[in-house]
Amino acid sequence: MSAVVAEHDDHHDHGPEKGLLRWIITTNHKDIGTLYLVFSLAMFFLGGAMALVIRAELFEPGLQFVEPQFFNSMTTMHALIMVFGAVMPAFVGLANWMIPLMIGAPDMALPRMNNMSFWLLVAGALLLASTLFMEGGAPASGWTLYPPLVLQTGAALPFAIFSVHLLGISSIMGAINIIATIFNMRAPGMTLMKMPLFVWTWLITAFLLIAVMPVFAGAVTMLLTDRFFDTSFFNAAGGGDPVLYQHIFWFFGHPEVYVMILPTFGVASTIIPVFARKPLFGYSSMVYATASIAFLSFIVWAHHMFTVGMPIAGELYFMYATMLIAIPTGVKVFNWTATMWKGSMTFETPMLFSIAFVVLFTLGGFTGLMMSVAPSDFQYHDTYFIVAHFHYTLVPASVFILMAAAYFWLPKWTGNMYDEKLGQLHFWLSAISVNVLFFPQHFLGLAGMPRRIPDYAVQFADWNMVSSIGAFVFGFSQLLFLYIVIKTIRGGTGEKVTDEVWEDASKHSLEWTLPSPLPYHTFTTPPKEIPTEHF
Amino acid sequence: MNNDTKQKNRKLVRNLVLIAVGMFGFGYVLVPIYDVFCDITGLNGKTASVAAAETARDIDVSREVTVEFVTSLNQAAPMAFRAETYKMKVHPGQYYTVNFYAENLTDKPMIARAIPSITPGLAAEFFTKTQCFCFDEQSFEAHESKTMPVRFVVDPKLPKKYKIITLAYTFFDNTELTAKKQK
Ligand code: HEM
Ligand SMILES: [Cu+2]
Repeated sequence: MSAVVAEHDDHHDHGPEKGLLRWIITTNHKDIGTLYLVFSLAMFFLGGAMALVIRAELFEPGLQFVEPQFFNSMTTMHALIMVFGAVMPAFVGLANWMIPLMIGAPDMALPRMNNMSFWLLVAGALLLASTLFMEGGAPASGWTLYPPLVLQTGAALPFAIFSVHLLGISSIMGAINIIATIFNMRAPGMTLMKMPLFVWTWLITAFLLIAVMPVFAGAVTMLLTDRFFDTSFFNAAGGGDPVLYQHIFWFFGHPEVYVMILPTFGVASTIIPVFARKPLFGYSSMVYATASIAFLSFIVWAHHMFTVGMPIAGELYFMYATMLIAIPTGVKVFNWTATMWKGSMTFETPMLFSIAFVVLFTLGGFTGLMMSVAPSDFQYHDTYFIVAHFHYTLVPASVFILMAAAYFWLPKWTGNMYDEKLGQLHFWLSAISVNVLFFPQHFLGLAGMPRRIPDYAVQFADWNMVSSIGAFVFGFSQLLFLYIVIKTIRGGTGEKVTDEVWEDASKHSLEWTLPSPLPYHTFTTPPKEIPTEHF
Repeated sequence: MNNDTKQKNRKLVRNLVLIAVGMFGFGYVLVPIYDVFCDITGLNGKTASVAAAETARDIDVSREVTVEFVTSLNQAAPMAFRAETYKMKVHPGQYYTVNFYAENLTDKPMIARAIPSITPGLAAEFFTKTQCFCFDEQSFEAHESKTMPVRFVVDPKLPKKYKIITLAYTFFDNTELTAKKQK
């Protein structure tokens, strides 16, 4: 192994290709990481624009701006683009950038496949977005694509399904690459239980992806053949059952939500110790908790289906199994809190986003626990309460941690410091508006406002207005983030950062032992020492 | 990267691709698993798809169970469809007949299929039909209407906790699908 990494990279130049071609043919993990991150930021704004269409329509009762059909296309496309275009690729981008650096490898294990999985992602996402312009409009059945409704989609249906195939193949290829990198490319001395948690959480996430993305691909393929080749997987008249689709979908869908949250946990576990100036509390319990969450995620899927008419034994099983997930999740929240306990904390932007994540993710976890109680879920199901639940687990959790990661590593990547004042402004604007946006949705849901509707009873008017105001503030605050990122890339505050960037960061993880900005090729010889502070 | 790592990578990639392909297959395997699971446990309220023979049973006159009838049309199939009564009280073990009426509202012949479902699902195995229009596809001439009897019995072994059983039928317009299949 030692001889392996010591050897030089495949290509013999030391810098990137010149010009645009560099970005198309690159196999460098840093370039590909950047491509993923830039692409996902673009998708974040596209999906965000759709969210603002939704919130504009819901600002007041009545139909104002869009047709109901288009409204439903917006909820569907917003979700698909945010999940498959923004959050997942952003974490793949971080994985590309950081995993080789964190384990002391010169690059990803399969650089050419890496390039291909990025471009497949672009093709899939563009194909998905193009359905907006097709006859009959984009899919409007909700991101879960339930039949029989989804089979009424117009010309877009096969294209949406192929785009799911492409996105699926792209993430499976990404996952394979990550597993191969972690298994075969670690520097000498970097044992599995010495890996930073971000690497651990991605390893487990990659296995989740390989296990469930093909199942989703299978489910949508069945939709395709039901519609065009007269199979009857989900058609009751031909002996099929639409409820079967829900089982297959959620067998994928529940692990899928963990695909978005486990790497989030990993980044949080990386950032919090640095700013608490303490080792991470309970490293090995974090690893085991991540693995148990991943395992449990396969056996709880029908908590999305409490209302389809399950027998009492099924309701009880899925209820208790779902509640179990709160235990390893609680272990994690405990560990982050204990890491901060008596630490010498400072509150730079990455830490602010991370603390907000701990608090607000816990809130989302609590509403999850409420919904796991099957008899109560009959009230919450398909209302705005569940919209509030999963947005708390995704926006102030996954998205906030992505912001934190950007502030945390941008100085390392570019060698320039971001503007701390603007960063904090961005944080406070986001943290306040995200709550104005999503907290009232709990009230709306409890009062019975259904999700995925373009119009509503006047009793819901006030909180919808508040929520929409929050949405617009949150949305436009993200332009500030864009500005900060561009400014940092272009030179930032002018202050050159040290190799460590953050005080004593090099004790926590390998990337901080390298020069800032990071050279194009790193760890062409493996590191001699492995930092151990994260234990 | 030296050959040793390359080889390890190749092997790992092959195994992982196999897992992915296997999981794609697993999605399809879920289909029969689901059917078998529902069959064994009787969870989803499916009734038998062929007629049972009418055999004499002990009639439990001391007990009354309410049977409700619900009719619906899939995707606004161009039909009229109703039961002669919304509900009736029955004694377990005794055979009853209830009529359903369906009419083709179009100017063309139609082939339609009714799919039954019992709620609560676990009561389905105690609900036996000796005659039902749902066992076969039904063909209608233009504007034809039909009276279709359903003969059924509730098993006296039906657990005491079930007091109401709902029998729901949904008619699907299968004209196009059947025409395609016959080609
Ligand atoms: C303690 C942990 C959690 C529990 C107990 C939990 C429980 C639940 C339950 C019971 C539902 C179904 C509600 C219904 O349809 O009536 C649900 C929906 C959902 N959850 Fe969670 N959840 C947890 C964490 C998460 C996390 C970490 C994420 C994502 C990062 C997430 C994302 C979602 C999404 C997207 C939905 C809605 C899916 C849809 O119908 O469109 N949840 N959750
Ligand atoms: Cu779930």
